[in-house]
Amino acid sequence: MLSAKVTCNSHGQDSSYFLGWEEYEKNPFDEIKNPKGIIQMGLAENQLSFDLLESWLNNNPQPMGFKNHNNQSIFKELALFQDYHGLPAFKNALVEFMSEIRENTVTFDPNNLVLTAGATSANETLMFCLANPGDAFLLPTPYYPGFDRDLKWRTGAEIVPIHCSSINGFRITKSALEEAYKQAQTQNLKVKGILVTNPSNPLGTSLSLHELDLLVDFISSKNIHLISDEIYSGTVFSSPSFTSIMEVLKNRNLINTELSKRVHIVYSLSKDLGLPGFRIGAIYSNDERVVSAATKMSSFGLVSSQTQYLLSEILSDHKFTKNYLSENRRRLKQRHEMLVKGLQRSGITCLESNSGLFCWVDMRHLLSSNTFEGEMELWKKIVYEVGLNISPGSSCHCSEPGWFRVCFANMSEETLDLAMQRVKVFVDSMAKKMNQNRLQQLVNRNSRRSKSLPKLVFELSFHQRDVLVDER
Amino acid sequence: MESSMKINNHSLLSKIATNNGHGENSPYFDGWKAYDANPFHPQHNPEGVIQMGLAENQLSFDLIQKWIESNQNASICTPQGASCFKEIAIFQDYHGLPEFRTAIANFMNRVRGNRVRFDPDRIVMSGGATGAHETLAFCLADPGEAFLVPTPYYPAFDRDLRWRTGVNLLPVVCESSNNFKITREALETAYEKAKFDNITVKGLLVTNPSNPLGTFLDRETLKDVVNFINDKSIHLVCDEIYAGTVTTGDAFVSIAEVIEEVPTCNLDLIHLVYSLSKDMGFPGFRVGIVYSYNDNVVSIARKMSSFGLVSTQTQHMLASMLSDDTFVENFLSESRIRLARRHDTFTRGLAQVGIGSLESNGGLFFWMDLRRFLKDATFESEMAFWRVIINEIKLNVSPGQSFHCSEPGWFRVCFANMDDETAMIALWRIKSFVRKNRNLKIKTKNQYWQNNQHLRLSSRRLEDMLTPHRMSPHSPLASPLVRAQN
Repeated sequence: MLSAKVTCNSHGQDSSYFLGWEEYEKNPFDEIKNPKGIIQMGLAENQLSFDLLESWLNNNPQPMGFKNHNNQSIFKELALFQDYHGLPAFKNALVEFMSEIRENTVTFDPNNLVLTAGATSANETLMFCLANPGDAFLLPTPYYPGFDRDLKWRTGAEIVPIHCSSINGFRITKSALEEAYKQAQTQNLKVKGILVTNPSNPLGTSLSLHELDLLVDFISSKNIHLISDEIYSGTVFSSPSFTSIMEVLKNRNLINTELSKRVHIVYSLSKDLGLPGFRIGAIYSNDERVVSAATKMSSFGLVSSQTQYLLSEILSDHKFTKNYLSENRRRLKQRHEMLVKGLQRSGITCLESNSGLFCWVDMRHLLSSNTFEGEMELWKKIVYEVGLNISPGSSCHCSEPGWFRVCFANMSEETLDLAMQRVKVFVDSMAKKMNQNRLQQLVNRNSRRSKSLPKLVFELSFHQRDVLVDER
Repeated sequence: MESSMKINNHSLLSKIATNNGHGENSPYFDGWKAYDANPFHPQHNPEGVIQMGLAENQLSFDLIQKWIESNQNASICTPQGASCFKEIAIFQDYHGLPEFRTAIANFMNRVRGNRVRFDPDRIVMSGGATGAHETLAFCLADPGEAFLVPTPYYPAFDRDLRWRTGVNLLPVVCESSNNFKITREALETAYEKAKFDNITVKGLLVTNPSNPLGTFLDRETLKDVVNFINDKSIHLVCDEIYAGTVTTGDAFVSIAEVIEEVPTCNLDLIHLVYSLSKDMGFPGFRVGIVYSYNDNVVSIARKMSSFGLVSTQTQHMLASMLSDDTFVENFLSESRIRLARRHDTFTRGLAQVGIGSLESNGGLFFWMDLRRFLKDATFESEMAFWRVIINEIKLNVSPGQSFHCSEPGWFRVCFANMDDETAMIALWRIKSFVRKNRNLKIKTKNQYWQNNQHLRLSSRRLEDMLTPHRMSPHSPLASPLVRAQN
């Protein structure tokens, strides 16, 4: 009766990533109304800098009430504007903003920019343009769970993972790329390209120059595409500074080559500016055929003209954007530190990171078993007992259990602090339980061997010392 | 080496990206290109091409502007509305703002004179009606399967329903001999043909009121349609995007009403597409709606809406505007009056020079009958005459073949996308062309005409002129053109 797309699971919403959300919806934390509720730490939102936007709005009456700089009403013009080429003033302002984020190391041509309803639509549209049903894209793991839906669901494309490991900080290696490519061939899948998120979601790290070079070399030798989802490019708050794939092309003198036509960027204002509700996404491509096809496809998800207009006003204010970018980074850095230090106090470390709205947290030592079942078990405890919705690594297709993505920019400082306290309580109680279990084991063992009491006491106190070390 | 590189490069993109499925190489767009190259402007380019190929509703913006000025808090950018800014900017739940869904359902009810009650929980957002149609095609059909669609139909359906989905569109041929009504026979014929060709039909897509005809389906026809799809167990997608443009407001019958009158109807087969682009004149705001009576479809379409959600800035504004019942009632009735007036201005004016059109009371256009101006009853002649209209009369109207019309000689003319002055100029251009070209080879009374005597045309004057034995004393022209009719 209905299509296969309706009855399959490729929308991915049965994954745990979304189940945590559901639990949160049932019992959401509220400082006053529901202080024992679940704190949402699974939502990569940037709520730290709204005051800057609000103050801009306060100081800039023109876009309000649909009036232009001459105080004339432009309501009708905007209401009628449905040209899929987009509002020129907005595209100009957007490419300038993208350039500014990249410290002006690269410039973008607005004619190569296609506007879409969010990065969700941008990624799907690029898939439709670059891959036939059954073709594959390689993605480094761990990756954003939404890609399963965005890249595969309606397009019929496949994702083959490039396995990255904690051994080298989840960096992309040449052998991992080769292995993924071979794996695709074994599955009889034609590889059309690689998609990376840079900075990475969920790692919070920006790709190193070495990784970027590897990628360029790889797509060159295999004659495939590279999509660089740079949605978090404005959130890089500490070194190394962000290097866009376009900058690499420029430095290697690859601009205007056939290869550069296979490199495409996805962007959005949902993370950097914290405006996910406005559905502002973009595709940037050096291949005019891709730009042309994607532009036509954007008819299925254009950006509302009134939103384009508002953002063109905001982003053309370069004084504002300069201040916003630096202040936003500063606040993210501070919040990131708070999370890292808070977790450290509970003996939990994070992957060292310089960007994003989250940390990639190492909880392997808290697993009851080094398996994904163990990870799920721990995750459920964290959601239901600790009251935090964080994202388990398995939902991000991580190949090693025990890693979790924890967001830090979508709540107040007080809430983050509370979350850290809850973690501490949880870890302490886990340690106690472990102690008790170990004590029980020791007792059981010793009772069989009839060890003397002093040795038992010695072993126990040694273990307690370990616990004290972790607490620092 | 280079040529093999080129071949390689071509296969680097997908088939979808490199085929013609976007439909923009069709002649429908040639007129647009002519307009873009030489657009009419009353002061700057008075000899330019007047755009009559764009189905936009520009007649009632003043009413909306007035509302906006008195409701500053509907915008999150004004001092009055700014306190909502953060909350609205963060909200990306694909269920949409609850107040938005309620307001849309309320508006849809009122467009239908409150004869129906739409459930806000079944309102699903999409990237305009364009996005809504594609989403429903993805939900209801697999690649290779087909939808039946009565001809003539909106050209972009070829793109919206087929391009990225791999779904087919098969025509249900409707003819001028019965005013292009959808008949049970035509539906059966199309269905059987598909069966014969081994194509699985998954649904029927009907636009009501029709684009390009401007007519709406009567209750009888709607019931026939509902019975047909139930018999065949296929889906019915009703695009009611023009519902609010029906000038005889209460006469419009929505599918939502009819299903209540057919208790045996399987509701899981019924889906509606709606948008604010035509009734309110808001194509720029991208407000498309999928409304389904099938819970599964609602659920999946909602997940798919992630690819084309309505900007929350727009949701917020419309939630406020469309829940203002006084404004809505006034807007709908005033808009209808203005549309009727403009429609009549054209159809009566054209009748004065012997040009008829299909009698209609909806849409932002009328279906003009220029068959007697064609050299012969072929689509080549239709194209040739269309080029005359663009290049000599300097109007961009849309030729019937771009709507897959089965008979040559019909043209869709949009009337609501210009001001009164431009409308008058357009009318004058047609009239003066007709008068100047009395030497044009015109079909006199012949077999072709006799078959079409019962065709309902929009003006009594025209009927007078065509009647063999009567020349109306009020006939405005003693033109040889008119005399030639007799």
